[in-house]
Amino acid sequence: MQESEIYQRLTKIFHNVMDDDSIVLTPELTAPDVKEWDSFNHINLIVATEQAFKIKFQTAELESMKNVGHLVALIEKKVNKS
Amino acid sequence: MAIELSWLPELPNWAESLESLHSVGDDAARWAKIVSLAGSKIDFIQSARLDRSAQKLLAGETLTTLGVKPLRVALLGSSTLKHLVSGIRVAGYRRKFWLEVLEGEYGMYLQDFLDRSSPLYKFKPNAVVIALDAHHVAEGDRANVHELIGNLRHCWAIAKQEFGCTVIQQTALPIFPLLMGSNEQRLAESPRERLRQFNMELRAAADQEGVHLLAVDDYVAGDGTNAWYDPALWHRSKQEIHPRVSQVYGDLLVRLIASDRGLSSKCLVLDLDNTLWGGVIGDDGLHGIALGQGSSLGEAFVAFQRYVLGLKRRGVILAVCSKNDEANALAPFEQHPEMVLRRGDIACFVANWEDKASNVRKIANALNIGLDSLVFVDDNPFERNLIRQELPQIAVPEISDDPSFYATALADAGYFEAVSITAEDRERNEQYQANAERELLRESTTDLTSYLQSLRMELIHHPFDKINLARVTQLINKTNQFNLTTRRYTEAEVQGVMKDPRAVTLQMRLLDKFGDNGIIAILIAKLDENQDAVIDTWLMSCRVLGRQVEEACLNVLAEQAMRLGARRLIGEYCPTAKNGMVCDLYPRLGFAAEGCKADGGVRFSLNLDSFAQLPVLLTIHEAMHAGI
Repeated sequence: MQESEIYQRLTKIFHNVMDDDSIVLTPELTAPDVKEWDSFNHINLIVATEQAFKIKFQTAELESMKNVGHLVALIEKKVNKS
Repeated sequence: MAIELSWLPELPNWAESLESLHSVGDDAARWAKIVSLAGSKIDFIQSARLDRSAQKLLAGETLTTLGVKPLRVALLGSSTLKHLVSGIRVAGYRRKFWLEVLEGEYGMYLQDFLDRSSPLYKFKPNAVVIALDAHHVAEGDRANVHELIGNLRHCWAIAKQEFGCTVIQQTALPIFPLLMGSNEQRLAESPRERLRQFNMELRAAADQEGVHLLAVDDYVAGDGTNAWYDPALWHRSKQEIHPRVSQVYGDLLVRLIASDRGLSSKCLVLDLDNTLWGGVIGDDGLHGIALGQGSSLGEAFVAFQRYVLGLKRRGVILAVCSKNDEANALAPFEQHPEMVLRRGDIACFVANWEDKASNVRKIANALNIGLDSLVFVDDNPFERNLIRQELPQIAVPEISDDPSFYATALADAGYFEAVSITAEDRERNEQYQANAERELLRESTTDLTSYLQSLRMELIHHPFDKINLARVTQLINKTNQFNLTTRRYTEAEVQGVMKDPRAVTLQMRLLDKFGDNGIIAILIAKLDENQDAVIDTWLMSCRVLGRQVEEACLNVLAEQAMRLGARRLIGEYCPTAKNGMVCDLYPRLGFAAEGCKADGGVRFSLNLDSFAQLPVLLTIHEAMHAGI
């Protein structure tokens, strides 16, 4: 799967989870940049992402995740491995 | 249980419909749309989005105007529960409930009950849900299962006493890995074994205390623990129930609340061809349909019929709605050796070539029950969609193309969720059949008096008692038509009235030559400060209308009220969308109009000093003992 397609699908997930269609994903984007991105929505975001891409993140991976770019790289690695 | 709402139909353009909620101008239309969006197959993200919109768009006075009464649900537990709230509220919308949910503080459930200044006391819940996580139940110094259950019993008692509310206790999820294996029971200190002990003892305790269980352990047994629980999520956020199943959890919970209020479905309407047997009886004939041993398909239909018969035996009314010539439709019921269901199991049998929406209406009329208590099962998607479109009140589950899974679909959907089983439930079908026979006799007897005499009716009355408490509560909560005030009471509230020395409570059973009609009337009257007995509740089963039971009830009530020292009976009629049939009951029985009340109700009075017993063709007597 191409990075651009991952961004496209991930954007949709962000919009649905945060209920905000104005969010634009960039690699540098982090939780403090988005009003609705609190710890509660973060869990939903991760679960929805796992479900949509049919992947599973490891506890350590989630702990070291810094920004959207990092999340996309993780998805890319997992999707293209399977 | 499926980990998704598999029995609900998918709504095309769901996201667009959600968007359009904001542009709908009319609140009633908006509420209807929310109900229909909640009634479609949605995942947990959609569920959360719908809830956010609903909470934003409707509240407070709007709901009052719409006639939607909020119910307060307190969700108390020992770990994170916030992620379950939207699924619970959406399961409410699905049933036209507006649920206000109070989340207990993390791990504070005991304090919430013990401290009278806690938010729980201010909230005055209609239902309390206690959801303990497995770690809380089985680890640390809480090793003693008896002690924990003792604490819970204490909480339940407080909830019943202080709030008179429905109490729901969640069982523990069996999440711990086995330490020994198949014979884990030999290791008393195993956490997994403790969970099993807890769940077992909880069942006995809940039955004793009249508490309803939310048996997630049973549902998990079907799906696998991994579908419901992710240890990584527990470590990250102390969420024991996976957010992905939160909308399923919500539905399981709210169907219990609905059932406790008498709002579960009552009647299963079945198609025949390819629903109860394989093939088309009109084309394939008695020997050509797939039913019974010999083919796996035939066995699958037998298994489904067995499940349906099980539902019938616990009180679900069965009806048939089939596009067929009646003689063809009846042939398997009367002649096929492998049929499990027989003609006598079906309370109303409709087979013709008219459209199914008209036929389903006909069935509801014949059985004298509301459309909203029907469930319609048909293998044909065209018929399912027709009913959904024409009669949106009716529950229409999506079912698999494989009959092996019909029963699973019905069980997952939980339309017939029941929290207790009464003897009357078990006899319901016989009562409906006897009613059909009475109708036939009525047709052959033109003179009403001789007809009523020929019935040899006996009315037996008794104050409410513990034995019939469940049945009395059920009737109070589900009777809509012959119901003067439509006041709903929980079991705990009914028990409260039973203890009131200034209240008359009456349950009436009607017998006739065809058999026992069961408890058919409930009355509650309370003496006020003017020594007037105010009739708080008077409801009757519509099955016994036109048989002078109303007059007989009044005779009994007048006598009992006079015994308490009442000078007058005061009756109230509070109009609803469904109780128009009793608007003139009091004047018809000789009451004088007293005037209107602010809420649209009308008051009537009857002077007991000058009251003479009304002539009736029933013998009336008091039951010798409780549990009439």
